[in-house]
Amino acid sequence: MKQSLIGQPAHRKEGRDKVTGQARYVDDLTFPDMLHGVTVRSPIARGQLRGVQFGEGIPWHEFTIVTAKDVPGANCVALILEDQPYLVSDTINHPEEPILLLAHADKYLLEEARRAITFEIEPLPAIFSIEDSLNRKELIWGEDNTFKSFLIEKGDVNAAWAHADFIVEGEYETGAQEQLYIEPNGMIAIANREEGVTVWGSMQCPYYVHKALIKLFDLPPKKIRVVQAVTGGGFGGKEEYPSMIAGHAALLAWKAGKPVKLIYDRAEDMAATTKRHPSKTRIRTAVGKDGKLLATEIDFTIDGGAYATLSSVVLSRGTIHAAGPYNWPAVRVRSRAVATNHPPHGAFRGFGAPQSIFAMERHLNKVAQTVGLSPEELRRRNFLQPGETTSTGQVINEKIDLSSLLDRALKLSDYQTKKTRFAEFNASSSTERKGIGFATFMHGAGFTGSGEVYLSSVVGVEATETGKVRVLTSNTEIGQGSFTIFSQIAADALGIDFSQIEIAQPDTANVPNSGPTVASRTTMIVGKLVESAALGLRQTLVAGGLLGERYSADEFAEACRQHIAQHGALKSFSKYEPPPGVHWDDEKYQGEAYGTYAWAVYVAEVTVDLTTYETRVDDFVALQEVGKVINPVLAAGQIEGGVAQAIGYALYENVVWREGRMVNNQMTNYIMPTSADVPPIRVYFEELPYAYGPSGAKGIGELPMDGPAPAILNAIEDAIGQPGIQTFLGQIPLMPETLMKAMTAGGGND
Amino acid sequence: MRAYLPEYELKTPANLAEALRLFSDEPGVWRPFAGGTDLMVLLEAGKLTHTRFVSLWGLPELTGIESHDDQIIIGALTTYSQMQAHAALRAEFPLLCEAASWTGAVAIQNRGTLGGNIANASPAADSLPALLVYDAELELISANGSRVVPYNGFHTGYKTSVLRPDEVIKTIRLPRTTAGWRQHSRKVGTRKAQAISKVCLATIAHSENGVVQAIRLAFGSVAPTPLRATATEAVLKGQPINAVTIAAGRAALLNELKPIDDVRSTAEYRAQVAANLLVEFLEMLA
Repeated sequence: MKQSLIGQPAHRKEGRDKVTGQARYVDDLTFPDMLHGVTVRSPIARGQLRGVQFGEGIPWHEFTIVTAKDVPGANCVALILEDQPYLVSDTINHPEEPILLLAHADKYLLEEARRAITFEIEPLPAIFSIEDSLNRKELIWGEDNTFKSFLIEKGDVNAAWAHADFIVEGEYETGAQEQLYIEPNGMIAIANREEGVTVWGSMQCPYYVHKALIKLFDLPPKKIRVVQAVTGGGFGGKEEYPSMIAGHAALLAWKAGKPVKLIYDRAEDMAATTKRHPSKTRIRTAVGKDGKLLATEIDFTIDGGAYATLSSVVLSRGTIHAAGPYNWPAVRVRSRAVATNHPPHGAFRGFGAPQSIFAMERHLNKVAQTVGLSPEELRRRNFLQPGETTSTGQVINEKIDLSSLLDRALKLSDYQTKKTRFAEFNASSSTERKGIGFATFMHGAGFTGSGEVYLSSVVGVEATETGKVRVLTSNTEIGQGSFTIFSQIAADALGIDFSQIEIAQPDTANVPNSGPTVASRTTMIVGKLVESAALGLRQTLVAGGLLGERYSADEFAEACRQHIAQHGALKSFSKYEPPPGVHWDDEKYQGEAYGTYAWAVYVAEVTVDLTTYETRVDDFVALQEVGKVINPVLAAGQIEGGVAQAIGYALYENVVWREGRMVNNQMTNYIMPTSADVPPIRVYFEELPYAYGPSGAKGIGELPMDGPAPAILNAIEDAIGQPGIQTFLGQIPLMPETLMKAMTAGGGND
Repeated sequence: MRAYLPEYELKTPANLAEALRLFSDEPGVWRPFAGGTDLMVLLEAGKLTHTRFVSLWGLPELTGIESHDDQIIIGALTTYSQMQAHAALRAEFPLLCEAASWTGAVAIQNRGTLGGNIANASPAADSLPALLVYDAELELISANGSRVVPYNGFHTGYKTSVLRPDEVIKTIRLPRTTAGWRQHSRKVGTRKAQAISKVCLATIAHSENGVVQAIRLAFGSVAPTPLRATATEAVLKGQPINAVTIAAGRAALLNELKPIDDVRSTAEYRAQVAANLLVEFLEMLA
């Protein structure tokens, strides 16, 4: 038998194609007679559409023009609630909302035409803040502007306040964030009554697009085909919005009778597509003078934008993660996703958890200060231990030891020495302040609650006569390395070479539905199905007497050849089965919220410049327990990339809104950190194998988005150490402009 | 690309005389296109309203750096990369080279020109405060002859200048009169690299026995044009560098700046940080 591939830095399966320019992204694809499409969008946030003016000087008869009236099926993007139209028919609910589509062979003329269209709109008052939505300043959605609300209750919160030594309250706020995948969104469609609808494009979830197109065209599932083109990043930004673009391209193709390519440029992609949900959190905590956390009440609200899209599930994850990895005798979390007239906010790495974890990890530093304990000591006294329960009552069955994890992270970052050294430095420097801070957190892998059961994912593997094995999943390679991981898992299960594994490009005509590529589920859930399907295939050969327990590559190929000759195709499928003992109550929000969690302690070291109020992150230690590392290079890459993205979230990426529209929708003024702004990121793993992940692996994709922002702000607080500064350090992004106010005001009335 | 390319025209004259003829025959119809690093951004965004351009790129009359006894003469088409590589500029006019290194990324520095930066007249341009403190002069040329004007005063308001529609900038002249002065600059951008300034400072000063003998201060991104802070200079000149002087300089500067709120920062931040940068320099000088 070969040496195990698990834990090895296998080369990226698709890497050669990408670095040599062979990989074909959607904009590289072309079809005979293909037209280009554009979307004409609302210039205002809210109003009634009264008419369309087609300006002079444009040969309009040459254009394919699609409005809501041209929709063959239902004019809604099928996802969770069916409230979002593909094209406005009468009411406009956010800036950049699609109203009309144009296609023409000349893409430059198309751009002129887009600008020649004006809409007659009767404006309606719009709302842009969580407060205005909650106060129903305008009623813009449903009966109460609320897409979804949750309540989690554990223990008796009301009884806790009376015997608390301290009650600590805080308010926290997080901003929107753009995913900024390298490749902007795009789709190509061929659509007609005879052949049905086929789309190729940049996406994370082919079967989401499939479901949406079925509804839009009112066609049977087999008449819809969705093919993922090579995709240049997603981060959640290509989870739900590609259904919109695919629909638009297909509507144009359907009417034009020709293929239509619809590619967004960066400005359109940033202004019109989804971002991370802004949030506001209020926390009230009862604590004893021994530092024991007694109870907490968390009020968590996210801004969903104008339509429901995925807000309910983003809210769900944020709600469940809000209490953090602590043993609270009593917890109450009330949460809601509210409507505003922003473009809908959507999926983004972390999916609600970075928002609520930011609040709790900042809040606990305030609690520690109030009680008079160090931040690390407060946490040590309250960490969840095996056998204790989370806020949803989930018993921790893993042998996780968070105190040891914390100790190791503090040691790796030289935390105590630096604390002392920085205190001395700060006393003597008139130009800079240094600080160090950390956050402890967990992230549930896979869909929440009964989500995976509903998805009921299926994966296949198929062998050829030459002993090559093809893995069939709908999970996409979006830069994170899923094809490489699947290849390692399949090769390892089959005992054959990595090079003998092929991964089918996701195409709904050829691959089963193994669910979306989201929620840190691809390696853990789908990888496990790949492993099971591969083991099934091997078992078929062994049981048929074609293969012994030990075999060479040639013997494996010969066995495949013989099986195919005798029985036809050699395939094996595996379907998701929930781990035993997992129960989830969707009504009470109680039970096993996730099959497992990854656990982490992140430590950030910062310097604050007293002249410019800029913060520099000098060093970063990311320690996490992840079950099993399948590929150390890819795993470290995920963590490094996530930390960098979260440094942007914490300090740089400020979406500037004007009347609900993002006005800094260019990479020159929406500021993501460059390599010059990112410190060395030191990544460390611990491994406590999870029985239901492949070789014990848990999900890690979203984890690194959760911890950096609170760790960095905790470090800034440590650096400045000014009374009252906390009020200003409850929000991200923390821009130098805010820090200036904090430092020149001499603190707030905290 | 949001621009409709058939509407645009770019002429490539064989020499400067031919280019100047186009500008003088139809003043205002043709505009110069140097490195194009600002114009191409507007074109891509569909926001380049002017459509007819004359490419100056590569015209030998506008290139090259000459060292004379009394001055260094920089051809208007000199790129940021060329400035950084020039030994005399680095030795005597380090603030200009430092600003060149801040501008965009390497690709932009290979293509962006000093003359283009001046003509584009962005108040946030990184190299312009350095030109102000070095008392640069500009040689402007048209088909009807040339003239030399001080750079200080060249910009008359936001994106307006004394440059006539038939003129282009031929050279930038730096007098070699500031040897031995203390030189300092600092950019505060939205991030460490590839950033547009929120505030930037260029300053040179000459002090003896703790007294400011001469000081020149210039700022970017704090007014509609790059700003030479002459009123503040006057407050500081001849004064001993102490807490009283520093406070007076700070107050004078806050009075002199006219920053705005925009997508990158706030007026309040710009004013406060500009003042802090001045204080930082004065403390270095002490």
